[in-house]
Amino acid sequence: MSEITPEVVAAHGLTMDEWAHAVELLGRQPNRTELGIFSVMWSEHCSYKSSKKWLKTLPTTAPWVICGPGENAGVIDIGDGQAIIFKMESHNHPSFIEPYQGAATGVGGILRDVFTMGARPIANMNALRFGSPDHPKTRHLVSGVVAGIGGYGNCVGVPTIGGETNFHASYNGNILVNAMTVGLAPTDRIFYSAAVGIGNPVVYVGSKTGRDGIHGATMASAEFSEDSEEKRPTVQVGDPFTEKLLIEACLELMATDAIVAIQDMGAAGLTSSSFEMASKGETGIEMDLDAVPCREPGMTPYEIMLSESQERMLMVLKPGREDLARSIFEKWELDFAIVGHLTNSGRMVLTKSGTVVADLPIAPLAAASPEYDRPWVSPARQPVVPAEQVPETDPATALRALLACPDLASRRWIWEQYDHMVMGDTMIRPGGDASMVRIHGTKKALAVTTDCTPRYCLADPMEGGRQAVAEAYRNITATGALPLAVTDNLNFGNPQKPEIMGQIVEAIQGMGEACRALDFPVVSGNVSLYNETNGQPILPTPAIGAVGLLADATLAVTVPFKAEGEAILLLGETTGWLGQSLYLRELHGREEGAPPPVDLAAERRIGDFVRAQIGKRRLTACHDLSDGGLLVAAAEMAMASGVGARLDSQSGIAPHAWAFGEDQARYLVTLPAAQAEALLAEAKTAAIPCARIGTTGGTVLTLDGKVLASVAEMKSLNEAWLPGYMSKAAAH
Amino acid sequence: MKAKVHITLKNGVLDPQGKAVQHALGSLGFGGVDDVRQGKYIELDLAETDPAKAKASVEAMCKTLLANTVIENFSVEIG
Amino acid sequence: MKAAVIVFPGSNCDRDVAVALEASMGAKPLMIWHRDTELPPLDLIVVPGGFSYGDYLRSGAMAAHSPVMREVKARAEQGAFVLGICNGFQILTEAGLLPGVLMRNAGLKFVCRDVCLRVEATNSAFTKGYAPGQVIRAPVAHHDGNWFTDPDTHKRVEDEGQVAFRYCDEGGSLSPQSNPNGSLANIAGVFNERRNVLGLMPHPERLADAMLGGTDGKPMFDGLVEALS
Repeated sequence: MSEITPEVVAAHGLTMDEWAHAVELLGRQPNRTELGIFSVMWSEHCSYKSSKKWLKTLPTTAPWVICGPGENAGVIDIGDGQAIIFKMESHNHPSFIEPYQGAATGVGGILRDVFTMGARPIANMNALRFGSPDHPKTRHLVSGVVAGIGGYGNCVGVPTIGGETNFHASYNGNILVNAMTVGLAPTDRIFYSAAVGIGNPVVYVGSKTGRDGIHGATMASAEFSEDSEEKRPTVQVGDPFTEKLLIEACLELMATDAIVAIQDMGAAGLTSSSFEMASKGETGIEMDLDAVPCREPGMTPYEIMLSESQERMLMVLKPGREDLARSIFEKWELDFAIVGHLTNSGRMVLTKSGTVVADLPIAPLAAASPEYDRPWVSPARQPVVPAEQVPETDPATALRALLACPDLASRRWIWEQYDHMVMGDTMIRPGGDASMVRIHGTKKALAVTTDCTPRYCLADPMEGGRQAVAEAYRNITATGALPLAVTDNLNFGNPQKPEIMGQIVEAIQGMGEACRALDFPVVSGNVSLYNETNGQPILPTPAIGAVGLLADATLAVTVPFKAEGEAILLLGETTGWLGQSLYLRELHGREEGAPPPVDLAAERRIGDFVRAQIGKRRLTACHDLSDGGLLVAAAEMAMASGVGARLDSQSGIAPHAWAFGEDQARYLVTLPAAQAEALLAEAKTAAIPCARIGTTGGTVLTLDGKVLASVAEMKSLNEAWLPGYMSKAAAH
Repeated sequence: MKAKVHITLKNGVLDPQGKAVQHALGSLGFGGVDDVRQGKYIELDLAETDPAKAKASVEAMCKTLLANTVIENFSVEIG
Repeated sequence: MKAAVIVFPGSNCDRDVAVALEASMGAKPLMIWHRDTELPPLDLIVVPGGFSYGDYLRSGAMAAHSPVMREVKARAEQGAFVLGICNGFQILTEAGLLPGVLMRNAGLKFVCRDVCLRVEATNSAFTKGYAPGQVIRAPVAHHDGNWFTDPDTHKRVEDEGQVAFRYCDEGGSLSPQSNPNGSLANIAGVFNERRNVLGLMPHPERLADAMLGGTDGKPMFDGLVEALS
């Protein structure tokens, strides 16, 4: 039964070339356990073999970056001896198979990535993409994913403060669930994964190991064909209660000097965590698999090494600190086991029942994971759609349709299922541009956002990559915070297709360019490829998560209008760009054209100007312009406040293009009317396009004297779609 | 010795989850379901070998922790 | 005032309520781990929100039977004040310190949003900071907040004036629309008969700081400090 045939190799996701490489590395045929280890170490998930070459081109440094990509999460300095540790990660496929548990364990995994580095998680975010609302599975998936994110985050007691959700038919067979965690740590107590100190004990803590999530490929392998189905659940089940205890226990231990290195067991569990730690520390590691706490009797070395059971961590302790650590984990009623020690052999040696069951060289296996330079072609660009080729719909009709469309409708139904206030520091709740949490016990606050416009990325991945970064920059800026750093979650189709590889390459290039121009380095990230069903890929979705710092939390500005009679100013240049706009798609059924170009110099200049004005407490409200354009942004400010506005259009641009075009680098701001002239003058001096387009007040939104809709009516249209959609009997 | 415990909501206590299941069954075309009540099932492995003592002990567990007798009924099956 | 916050495995609003208490008291409350059964003299014991024992079995059920709760019950009988917020309310009902149970929300989903509460009784240390009938804003964040009891108990709770807060609209009227979880008679919080124990689902500690958007919860903590110091 243990013969390894080409079929078994293929079932483990390795090519015959990779297999030959593995045989050459070992100087013999790997056994089954070793094959399993090769397979997960060299999987796309662990090795980034398609994307590595291009990810290296992203800017990852800045004076405030403490640790860039390569560790569990990125680390930036926010002053006063405090660091922010954050990352976004996908759990797409598991969430499609079992939406509640898939999403829940996605949240659990990203939380561990952050607290494993010493940070207390202070905020969760997410970026979700579902199929068309008409697709029979969509409602079930939305319901399960949202409940799963809430179920996990609410229980661990970390506020889920915001995110974004899109619907598009390209995600019918491949939804995206990208979860982000932001944590806070003292800069002098950040923990890394490099295992050092020959002889130091290797310790396993957390939940027991079960047969969860042993990856699909192995299910097909002959060795297990006689086992009963029941023995092999592939869906991991999350236990947020244990995670909460694990957070508290780890942070308690981290306050001592016991830990040398620590790593969570994420994808590929014990295998990738132990390899990662030993490879970074350039040591060897010996583990006795009999010592690993197991949930079920009779687990094989293969199963123990490949299990993806949740809520587990691997640590290297200083010698003599075992009892201290054990007492903390026992206090929190968690498993604690010394499973091995570090050696100077440079090899991973695993024993079970006194027999060596795997013996692999660490450095070659980790370092020699393949890196591909896959062929790629630049995706064909779409022509610019001039405004005069787009029919003019009555603005009141168009605005109503847009406010109620799936991509713009209120997400209240989603975020009310998330505890977004626990920890008592949430200053800006979900539903605005960026959300904001206060840094506990300080004057500082952190703005957090997730952004991407996948339809732009399909039309032009380079521009789409730039735009995703620019929108995140604007959303943070609109609160007054200074954008500091980015985490990315690159979701694409099959990279073996040159046109998909082209999307990946160009999106990364666009992102890199924007990050450089905006001083907005990428400090962590994750790649999810092969998001295709029956050859139909998802829209390219390089989701951006970003954080920014507001040094004085009392300066924070929000989206709602604040008072009647205030001046409404539009900052940034409006050309009336309708290509790829929601107006074009929702009103005229055309998903086409070149997306709006991103002028990074303008983004930076206008962003700096907006923050400076907020810093002088000049603005009373601020909102970034994005999907749906100007009128939608104005309507959102009105709906959030209950205060209406009178708007006047600007001449020289077709009315529908002015109202609904999606030109970038724009903000709507309000301020007391008496101060409007001064701001206009200052903007002029700074060479920033700025115009007064209206005044707040009343209970309706008017354009050039004509009523578009009452605030109450807009609110009811905007709020009704998602609950109405979700309350229809689920057909699953 | 194994004990099987069924915990159900008392009659008259609103069971929104049961109602939701009933509604879902109806919309999936399973007609004629007049009522749905949902509950919990708990299995215990006991060291006790005397069935009567085991039952008494599990009933005490139910009253103390496993069920909330303000709203829930329980039944214990030994064997 | 000497105050303590009980911490169970899975409590997660322990720090939040400690922060609110400290702002009113000027000193940090004691944090008491659930296995500690020797309590110092205390005027106020807070059972905080969260997911004690993961809400497994029933929300609050396992914490209600933990050793420290025997001591909390004894202190309540001796007249100490006990405040249970959200999961703390669930624990106090499961422990038999307060009438009723908290069932799954009528809408079946977790709900986190600000609600309006009408103050029903101001003759307690918990609510003396409010005016009778005052409408205040407080966030809810729970999955099992649907207060329920049998008709006799409900009648007794009403007759004895044990209802502390009811969910209402902005004008103070009661309606099904203003009830976030289906609670019987829109009840959001109840006292014991002596009014030294209060449980409520909404989180007054979450709106006790202007930076977080409101201070309607602060009078509860200020009132306790005033009454118990």
